[in-house]
Amino acid sequence: MNSSTFYNTNLPVHLRVLKDEIEAYAHEYGLDFFETIFEVVDADDLNEIAAYGGFPTRYPHWSFGMQYEELKKGYDYGLSKIYEMVINNDPCYAYLMQCNHLVDQKLVMAHVYGHCDFFKNNAFFAHTNRKMMDDIANHAAKIRDYSERFGEDEVESFIDRCMSIDDLIDIHSVAIKRRGEHSKYDFNEETNSIEAEPPRFKSKDYMDAYINPRERMSDEREPRKKQPTANFPDHPEKDVLLFLIEHAPLRNWQRDILSIIRDEAYYFTPQGQTKIMNEGWASYWHSTIMTQKVLQSSELIDYADHHSGTMAMSGGRLNPYKLGIELFRDIEERWNTGRFGSEYDDCDDLDTKRRWNRELGLGRKKIFEVRKIHNDITFIDTFLTPEFCHRHKLFSFGYNDSAEQYLIESREFDNIKKRLLFSLTNFGKPWIVVVNGNHRNRGELLLKHLHGGMDLKVDTARDTLANLQFMWNRPVHLETLIDGKPSLMSFDGNDHSTQLIGDNDDGKRKPDRKA
Amino acid sequence: MGQKIERDFQRFRKIVRGKIKSDLSKYISRGEMIGRKGKELVSIPIPAIEIPQFKYGKRNSGGVGSGEGDVGAPLGPGGDENGIPQAGDEPGGHILEVDLSLDEMVEILGENLALPRIEPRGKKNIVSTKDKYNSIRQVGPESLRHFKRTYRRALKRQISSNTYDPINPKIIPIRPDKQYRSWRETPQPQAVAAIIYMMDVSGSMTDEQKEIVRIESFWLDSWIKKHYQGVETAYIIHDAVAREVDEHTFYHTRESGGTKISTAYELCKHLIDTRYPPESWNIYAFHFSDGDNWGDDIPQCQHLLHEKLLPRVNLFGYGQVESPYGSGEFIEHIGELSDKHENLVLSKVPNKDAILESIKDFLSTGR
Repeated sequence: MNSSTFYNTNLPVHLRVLKDEIEAYAHEYGLDFFETIFEVVDADDLNEIAAYGGFPTRYPHWSFGMQYEELKKGYDYGLSKIYEMVINNDPCYAYLMQCNHLVDQKLVMAHVYGHCDFFKNNAFFAHTNRKMMDDIANHAAKIRDYSERFGEDEVESFIDRCMSIDDLIDIHSVAIKRRGEHSKYDFNEETNSIEAEPPRFKSKDYMDAYINPRERMSDEREPRKKQPTANFPDHPEKDVLLFLIEHAPLRNWQRDILSIIRDEAYYFTPQGQTKIMNEGWASYWHSTIMTQKVLQSSELIDYADHHSGTMAMSGGRLNPYKLGIELFRDIEERWNTGRFGSEYDDCDDLDTKRRWNRELGLGRKKIFEVRKIHNDITFIDTFLTPEFCHRHKLFSFGYNDSAEQYLIESREFDNIKKRLLFSLTNFGKPWIVVVNGNHRNRGELLLKHLHGGMDLKVDTARDTLANLQFMWNRPVHLETLIDGKPSLMSFDGNDHSTQLIGDNDDGKRKPDRKA
Repeated sequence: MGQKIERDFQRFRKIVRGKIKSDLSKYISRGEMIGRKGKELVSIPIPAIEIPQFKYGKRNSGGVGSGEGDVGAPLGPGGDENGIPQAGDEPGGHILEVDLSLDEMVEILGENLALPRIEPRGKKNIVSTKDKYNSIRQVGPESLRHFKRTYRRALKRQISSNTYDPINPKIIPIRPDKQYRSWRETPQPQAVAAIIYMMDVSGSMTDEQKEIVRIESFWLDSWIKKHYQGVETAYIIHDAVAREVDEHTFYHTRESGGTKISTAYELCKHLIDTRYPPESWNIYAFHFSDGDNWGDDIPQCQHLLHEKLLPRVNLFGYGQVESPYGSGEFIEHIGELSDKHENLVLSKVPNKDAILESIKDFLSTGR
């Protein structure tokens, strides 16, 4: 599979016929997508592609091997199976598993067109790189080149550290553009700007003292040296990765790899932001296209079996496919019958509400609009209703310390919504920001965890801090709450320490070791 | 497996091996691994291979689910071990179990302890080769053609060249599709070995001590078996009298009463005389006790070891497992013999954590 990206671009004839048919239906329903290329692969290949996050040309790293092992085991033991895989790119690439039944292939194709429409039209994908296939391959080439030049182990362990912090990005910055063209860095510039000399006028040797007087040169040098000693950044910086790229004392190849990891993290961000919607949308369309157009009566049982398998919940856990498709259907129904707006909301009579139907028929139009402008958080925030929660038996659950397990916490709408939104906020991960890159006026890095009511897991936080310290090369601190008390976790390159903030100031702190 | 993922996969396995190697004592002293060696695979959970990230702890964590159940009802399994259960069907951060073959595990043991390879005595130069059909070639006699692989390749080729017709699924392998079984020669040492385990089962040996013996002898077994073509094991238990038992009885017997170690050594000698003549067998004897012995018996033990056993065995290992009851003196009494006999190795095993060191004591002689 080495150089060529693609396993087999030629669909067998019978699948090509199917593809054309389903694509035509998708267009008929108003779906709008980039050209979509299907590849037929076997289970091993599909697991491999999935292990690389959908990109067979991704850079080499052991963690993809680990992913593969997990996927392969799941498949071999019959626990899980990847049916489809589709890549946000122009053209879209989608993979079909060779050994699937024909009815499964139909379903997957219909599902894929739903995703492709979503990629092209949803606002949160608008800024993604549509030539990612090419870029990923370029990233891989660069990293392989670095491995050859600087040693495989060295590069690999640096990637380990990058991956450890690859979620410390500002997921909204792509749309908001907080800092202009911030993704351009010049890695070829060899000199470190901090030490750079002020510009000199050209001069003959014997004239130099007059043309570039020493006095002026040192005056000009002064502010340059001063600059990094000031406290920075001005505002807490959510894009920790960018901050490191700009300010950490990294070597050029390290800076480049970190920026590659960052670019890929941003590319995958909208996928995470819209998982429920995207899967719901694709499921909505496979079910619509299949049941209304494509399905033959002989295939009904297999289809129903597969469809219900995809929608199944296990162990009470929420399935994004299921939640998404049901919410889209609910919205369609509500806008078809006019069950929205103040008149409906204010109605107190349950019986009237149950029979409410204004015959507006706006449902289809509404869901197309929803898929364009929402992400999972705004989707849930806007369209989750108490009726919906009740009908689908939703509940919130929480970890119970004394029982040492998760217990059902509540069936109240507000609690459910709160839990759901919290688990989606920043992908259910803690917000970490850079507060100061010159902490204690000693060039130490101070980060802050914006505590939202949940403590960090301490052991992994320490290990992550150590990885940050490696990049910053000076002591690194993280402000957080531990058991409700403001605490400062620190790593100075040798020792970890945790202390309470407040009754402990710099003076009392144990002196740092000399590096 | 594609070449690219194969490479990343091997890299991952290497890291796993490294992790296991550095935490070996933890894995070695875990008893249940022995029970799970079904089909020669050892399954090892390794949480530490995870790449660390900032994430939430369990406290106050939770999420949303659906289904029946009252408030306060426990949720079924499936939660993320390390944090909040993710919305949806993500694989989550569960602990990865890695399979190693027992062979690999023993290999790691050897590397970690820097164990020398055992050199069989006597017939050490006799090595035969054995052919194993475990590889594939492009050429070969038709009788060795690998039917399944050949057809699979043919099918792949036809699908990719668009000549496969699912309505009329005819598959005709052509020359380049054909695959043949092939063999590799693996050298097989001819030497045979006998391992004789002896254990004190008197009242002072508790279950905990026996667990230690069981784990340690398992790894001793595995290492020795790597080096010989045929290995036989015999088990002797003793209190004031000794008898030969099967493996199960060996680990599950508990007697009360006094201890007379010489009876076990006597029986061991008898086994060597009758069953494992040293001219044709490499003999490994291991004796585990808590070091408590009937005082008058000690000269007899020394005599047996010095005259009858040590001159005839490759290795005699005495492992003294600390027990709350035993006096633990025996190791000193036979200690003086180890100056005269290189092949007598003494080791103290105070607890499970010491098993690894003890294995090293026994096996680093390379005998």
